[in-house]
Amino acid sequence: MGMDVDDVDDVRGVDDVGDVSDVGVVDDVGADEMGRGGGGDVLIELDGVRKVFDVRRRTGLLRREKRQVKAVDGISFTVARGEVVGYIGPNGAGKSTTIKMLTGILTPSGGRLRVAGIDPARERTRLAHRIGVVFGQRTTLWWDLPLKDSYGLMRRMYRIPDDRYRRNLGRCVEQLDLGDLLDVPVRQLSLGQRMRGDIAAALLHDPEVLYLDEPTIGLDVVSKAKVRGFLRELNAELGTTVLLTTHDLQDIEQLCERVMVIDHGRLMYDGPLGGLHTVGEGERTLVVDLETEHPPIDLPGTRTVKVEGPRQWLAFPAAESAAPLVAAVAERYPLLDLSVREPDIEDVIARMYAGRG
Amino acid sequence: MEGLRGYGLIVGMWIRATMAYRTSFFLMLVGNATISGLDFVGIFIMFRHVDALGGFSLPEIALLYGTSTVSLGLADLLLGNTDRIGARVRDGSLDTMLVRPVPVLAQVAADRFALRRLGRIVQGLAVTGWAVAAVDVDWTAGRVLLLPVAMVAGAAIFAAVMVAGAAFQFVAGDAAEVQNSFTYGGNTMLQYPPTIFTRELVRGVTFVIPLAFVNWVPVLHVLGRPEPLGLPGWAAYASPLVACVVLVPASLAWRAGIRSYRSTGS
Repeated sequence: MGMDVDDVDDVRGVDDVGDVSDVGVVDDVGADEMGRGGGGDVLIELDGVRKVFDVRRRTGLLRREKRQVKAVDGISFTVARGEVVGYIGPNGAGKSTTIKMLTGILTPSGGRLRVAGIDPARERTRLAHRIGVVFGQRTTLWWDLPLKDSYGLMRRMYRIPDDRYRRNLGRCVEQLDLGDLLDVPVRQLSLGQRMRGDIAAALLHDPEVLYLDEPTIGLDVVSKAKVRGFLRELNAELGTTVLLTTHDLQDIEQLCERVMVIDHGRLMYDGPLGGLHTVGEGERTLVVDLETEHPPIDLPGTRTVKVEGPRQWLAFPAAESAAPLVAAVAERYPLLDLSVREPDIEDVIARMYAGRG
Repeated sequence: MEGLRGYGLIVGMWIRATMAYRTSFFLMLVGNATISGLDFVGIFIMFRHVDALGGFSLPEIALLYGTSTVSLGLADLLLGNTDRIGARVRDGSLDTMLVRPVPVLAQVAADRFALRRLGRIVQGLAVTGWAVAAVDVDWTAGRVLLLPVAMVAGAAIFAAVMVAGAAFQFVAGDAAEVQNSFTYGGNTMLQYPPTIFTRELVRGVTFVIPLAFVNWVPVLHVLGRPEPLGLPGWAAYASPLVACVVLVPASLAWRAGIRSYRSTGS
């Protein structure tokens, strides 16, 4: 409608940065081709992006105090086509806000932002054809309808050609085990089933980039493994760019070559996961259950963090293998059971700050 | 256009879902028409004791009642679920609509499309039909044509109020009742002749929120009654124009609302 035309005009008028692909945009097809060609292999581009919320607090009967909260405070990065990037940080760091600006849900307060050459907030519906979004906390599916009805509606909304729709749905049904679920209303699905259903829904229209906001939150081990395996294959086979936020360090370890850490709305780290461990000098924890109570275990290269009756917690450097340590403990102590705990992201980040002093 | 197409797709899906339980649907439809008809029964009973209300006879009031009911019924059928946007803004579920390639207004309006609301329209048309037959009017072509035009224009005016009300809910999360007081409340007012209301109120719904153009102004003209504010004669035919004019601020407000959307924490 008229809105779309206005939006294209806006982009042409405002965008004086000189992105050649945006000049002379006449129709969607033209823009599409030029966007892909002109942008090189950079798919997502942020330059000093900010998002400020006004928070009003009642301080008296009628008086209100206005305060500004900087949810995202000047973030710049680029993501190349085909990358898998983990976007992590503590609660309230600005992760979801960034994703929401990248999808056009929120309008940035400042800075420049492009996804596939498109300004998300101005041309939200045009961008929608080229991105897929999965929110771990809420579903994009229609609650009361069987899964396959939701997919059918997506097909027509996104104008997906029949053969492409069949191919993509077939692929998702097979790899995400959705065969038995297609006739089940979404409200009757378990969390893990619903999440797989949501991921399939986000991929039917062949998006160039897939955003996942906490895709494994609340899932059991089997469901997590299934989701991770699927995302890995998606990236390997179709070259889909993936940007995911998570609290689960294993998501990152198994999926992402690149990690971005955000806190208080600022980018604290951008690089490989290995680098993050080094920066944070991460430690893993070996939890051992002995037959009886013992004085703290003393082994080189470890330190005993905690002793609670027959159970002891041993910290050791994250980069080292747990196998020799387990062997050493088993040799010297009457071992009943053990488990290895990965450092969680909050720990890694906390140490990262401490390390930087 | 993309909005209308998307609207059609979602509505089609909900109609198919409704029709899966056909008997239930027809019972709901009859129930909807009956409940909506009860307030006309109230007016009917009142006229067992009085001959006129504000100088208007029963068939004349029936014409006001019928036209207003059809207008609200149409708007309610097509956009009735926009008043639930406040809940979507509060719980953040509007996010999922914003990432689809269909304008949000179309998605919000089509969400849980309830075909049973046809009941109110059918009932309003029935009362209008009876009133047209019973009222003492010289039915020229212009007068006959004015009724359906006014009904559609009236629906557009109610629709504009609904959209503006929905936009207001981006700012005030639970203002659904404010919106309802203008739509359903306005409808109840329009079912009675303007002569029984204060001048200030009539002026307000003529010039500020122009609900008077839904049915008062055109129907008074059809009935050959003087218009209480002394508007010029052509005003009777101005409802479509008024509808177009009020849709402009309503859609601007909607766009401002979307821009100010803040989503929720996670």
